[in-house]
Amino acid sequence: MTAPILYAGCGIILFSIGLHALLVRRHLLRKILAANIMGSGVFMLFIAAGARGEGTAADPVPQVMVLTGIVVSLCFTAVAIALAVRIHNLTDCTTLAVDEESSID
Amino acid sequence: MNDLILLAILSSSLLPGLIIFTLAEESVRLRTTLNLTGALFKLLFIALLFFRVAEREYAELRLPLLADMELVLRADALSMLFLTLSAFLWLLTTIYAIGYLENSPHRSRFFGFFSLCVSATTGIALAGDMITFVIFYEALTISTYPLVVHRGTPAALHAGRIYLAYTLLGGVVLFFAAVWLRAIAGPLEFTPGGVISGLDPSLYGSLTIIFALLVLSLGVKAALVPLHSWLPTAMVAPAPVSALLHAVAVVKAGAFGIVRVVHDIYGIGFSADLNLLFPLSVMAAITVLYGSIRALAQNDLKRRLAFSTVSQVSYILMGIALASPLATIGGLVHLVHQGLMKITLFFCAGNLAETLGIHKIDEMDGVGRRMPWTMTAFTVGALGMIGVPPLVGFISKWYLGLGSLAAGQPWIIIILIASTLLNACYFLPVLHRIWFNKEQQQWSKSTLAGGRETIWPLLAPPLITAALVIFFGIFAYLFGSPLYWVELITTREYGL
Amino acid sequence: MTEILLGQHWFFWMTLVPLGAAVVAFLIPQQARWIGLATALLLPFFALAAIAATLTAEVQPITGGGWPTPLGIELRRDGLALVMLTVTAVVGFIISCYALGYFPARGHHSSRARYFWPLWLFLWGSCNALFVSGDLFNLYVTLELVTLASVSLIALEGGKAALTAALRYLFIGLFGSLAYLLGVGIFYGAYATVDLALLGDIITGTSLDHAAMALMVAGLVLKSALFPLHFWLPQAHAMAPAPVSAVLSALVIKCSYVILLRLWFEVFVSLDTVAVGHLLGLLGSVAIIWGSLLALRQERLKLLIAYSTVAQIGYLFLVFPLARNETMATAWVGGVLLMMTHACGKAAMFMVAGTIHHTAGSDRISRLAGAGGPIGVLVVVFTLAATTIIGLPPSGGFFSKWLFINAALVTGQWWYLPIILSGTLLAAGYVAKVLGWAFLDVKRSSYPVIPWVMKWPPLVLSVIALLFGLIAYEPVQIALLGAPVSGPIFMEAGP
Repeated sequence: MTAPILYAGCGIILFSIGLHALLVRRHLLRKILAANIMGSGVFMLFIAAGARGEGTAADPVPQVMVLTGIVVSLCFTAVAIALAVRIHNLTDCTTLAVDEESSID
Repeated sequence: MNDLILLAILSSSLLPGLIIFTLAEESVRLRTTLNLTGALFKLLFIALLFFRVAEREYAELRLPLLADMELVLRADALSMLFLTLSAFLWLLTTIYAIGYLENSPHRSRFFGFFSLCVSATTGIALAGDMITFVIFYEALTISTYPLVVHRGTPAALHAGRIYLAYTLLGGVVLFFAAVWLRAIAGPLEFTPGGVISGLDPSLYGSLTIIFALLVLSLGVKAALVPLHSWLPTAMVAPAPVSALLHAVAVVKAGAFGIVRVVHDIYGIGFSADLNLLFPLSVMAAITVLYGSIRALAQNDLKRRLAFSTVSQVSYILMGIALASPLATIGGLVHLVHQGLMKITLFFCAGNLAETLGIHKIDEMDGVGRRMPWTMTAFTVGALGMIGVPPLVGFISKWYLGLGSLAAGQPWIIIILIASTLLNACYFLPVLHRIWFNKEQQQWSKSTLAGGRETIWPLLAPPLITAALVIFFGIFAYLFGSPLYWVELITTREYGL
Repeated sequence: MTEILLGQHWFFWMTLVPLGAAVVAFLIPQQARWIGLATALLLPFFALAAIAATLTAEVQPITGGGWPTPLGIELRRDGLALVMLTVTAVVGFIISCYALGYFPARGHHSSRARYFWPLWLFLWGSCNALFVSGDLFNLYVTLELVTLASVSLIALEGGKAALTAALRYLFIGLFGSLAYLLGVGIFYGAYATVDLALLGDIITGTSLDHAAMALMVAGLVLKSALFPLHFWLPQAHAMAPAPVSAVLSALVIKCSYVILLRLWFEVFVSLDTVAVGHLLGLLGSVAIIWGSLLALRQERLKLLIAYSTVAQIGYLFLVFPLARNETMATAWVGGVLLMMTHACGKAAMFMVAGTIHHTAGSDRISRLAGAGGPIGVLVVVFTLAATTIIGLPPSGGFFSKWLFINAALVTGQWWYLPIILSGTLLAAGYVAKVLGWAFLDVKRSSYPVIPWVMKWPPLVLSVIALLFGLIAYEPVQIALLGAPVSGPIFMEAGP
């Protein structure tokens, strides 16, 4: 098994773990963490995609993309945490309450 | 060749309508002026076109839609027949509605939608191909709904729901059939003799199904049995709306559409070759009899008139389906004649309801003495419906009878006679009540100057239409009369 | 002079001006309204200039920073980008006018107004950037910007329900875009490019390619809220303030759909897409029926409109199974037409719902009883806008349904016919439900005065929605510039 394939495989495993947690866990912080783990998995795959075989330097383009991706994911994490904190302050709740009939009157 | 006059005809009702929506309730004078100016201008533009079309010079206007589709407006002889009818009756109905709705709420809304309805009808009359026709046909459906529910009572809303359910279902089927037909036959311009007779015989099965779908979907508005029940329900609407539904626009649009499909899409010869017309004539015959029989049992005057419409409109379809020139003349001329007679009857029914509060037939005893002019007009309309010579109804029936013999289908004569007897059965007792029974109740005396029975805007329109019922019966062959136009259409369609 | 007018820089300005204005509006909150309005006034002209430039000048690729493709970021200036930019500019302008009335300068809502303008301008700029993006990764970044701005806009209301809806939307959005990004990674690993056009040329169709396609389609479907992944949409759209609901339903949904449209017709053409197409068609069909049925059951106007969006998204996804070899152009044009006209109609409907909420104190449909008189103009706007949702002529919805039926007939996929037609009837049903209340004649206390910016701009939009079918010739011609499809739009069917 070559290094790139190992990297890519790990990335996909990470993505799956994160996805599982995002769907199953109810605590908001855990969900946010899960999304970050999913992101890391995808970034690992990108790093693997940049490999050009033994002895040659790696393709820099995916690394640039990963950098951009990290920035995007940072922004999302910040907004998500801000929203989660607001929800906690308002309702003392740390989950997304299923409240379909909530009033908008 | 782009003829802007067609656009002018269309906008002479559309623009006033749009402006009226923005007017306040109180600006009666401005609204009336706009309405009447629009109606008069429309008639003026139509008059300008009249002689050109008589000389076979067809005005045409094309606007591109999407990539290879066009909006086609064209004035041919058949368009002119329907256009003149609807424009003229629009003028009268507007005058009538101004009197009828005096001091009632939401008049801006009413007249706005009324004008939109007439614009849509104009578009239907001027449509030069199937797509344009479908566009205006659906527009008519929508713009009529607010008029049907105008009173805002639960009964009116119920009637509106029924109306929408029937017409939208019909509209969807029509839409589907039009798309399908265009997919197998290409652009569907209305052409005398039809546009699809050259197609591959392997398509004849599909063409038969499409024809059935088209006739059924258009039959909803034309109130073909069993698709008619929205029409009697919709009689809860105010009298001018009934006039619009029964005489000016809606029912006529359905019948007109079937004429277009048979004449200008399939072509009479081709439809006859595919054996499409016999089922149509049977359906029409059933409708004629069924409508008359149901009308017998109605005590509500407007309901009785509504069932009478169900019956009478199918005369048009019967004439078309017989596929002989004389029958076609009888059917097409009935498009106009039925409009004139039925609008007279509805105006009179409206006058009774508005002036004396009479809605039921058994309240009409002796009303001829209280409202002699209205009831004279009513009598003319009713006798015309029965087919008494020399009124217009007789002319329609005469040509239909001759045409059925020429087409070798004498059973139609039996239907005609049966229907005439039934017409007599449901109209003559009413006339007897009006003129010969003693008054059962005291009606309030007229407060108008000279003891006039009702205000002029309510009285004049039925008198004018009743006069025309007599006039076009006696002078049927005058230049520009309905019969004259219909003969023109028929010669062009059959290439005689 | 001509060179300036017809230069290619308008595409940059379409993105940069709203983004810059967003920053300024955030820094100077007192003037945010006027900065927003000024930007909204400029963008339609920029869009027109961009169209004029593309129509007249030789199209040369322009890239950011001067780097050549595939290293530099190439802007797409095809017809799809142009019409989406223009529709967004028109709808955005109307929504901005409406927002002036909805978020008054003074009053207890002024803090919402303070954040609305920067976020909305930011969203607008991101949408524009998305429409002109031509590579997979850039599409990802812009899509994330759009999502980020939408999340914040949903949360604007500040209540528990709104915050929850926003956070749920954020998680959904993240999930969708990460699945999409994973697909991008796989493609890059295989072909070392993310350029759409380049990728479409060299793609070979391995099983890995199909896996990547599945991931990207799944992610984008989630973001477009196709049944059964629509569950987040009604709450998110109905919780937000009316201008935001309008933006979300009219524009944001279209962003992920535009990406999918580009991928499907440019990249996935050499892959085996028939099965996926059928799956999308099936889900779309269920969405049409299910969304319409739920819309019929709603008691609240905003929820009704939101479920109607679910149904309309279903129509959009019928494009994929219907686009077979000969009907590519038919289905593609149908989809693009529906996108444009739905944007206008749905935005107008949400604005009406907002105004009714504002004047009647609630958006319960029963509150509309008797509204046909005093606030009749709103009922008129609603009805006109609804024509395109139902698919009545002469709206664009009518012609797009025409094209869908045409494509279904030609490709022999007759099972879509009853779906399309019954969707029309159900839509008519829920619109008639609203109208029935409005025409009911009841005496009721008078309504508060409605600011004119909340009345007339939506009317303009609804008239555009109604007449779109009649003016669709030019937009469709423009959309077909450089489109991945060609040939006649109306197809002839065999027996």
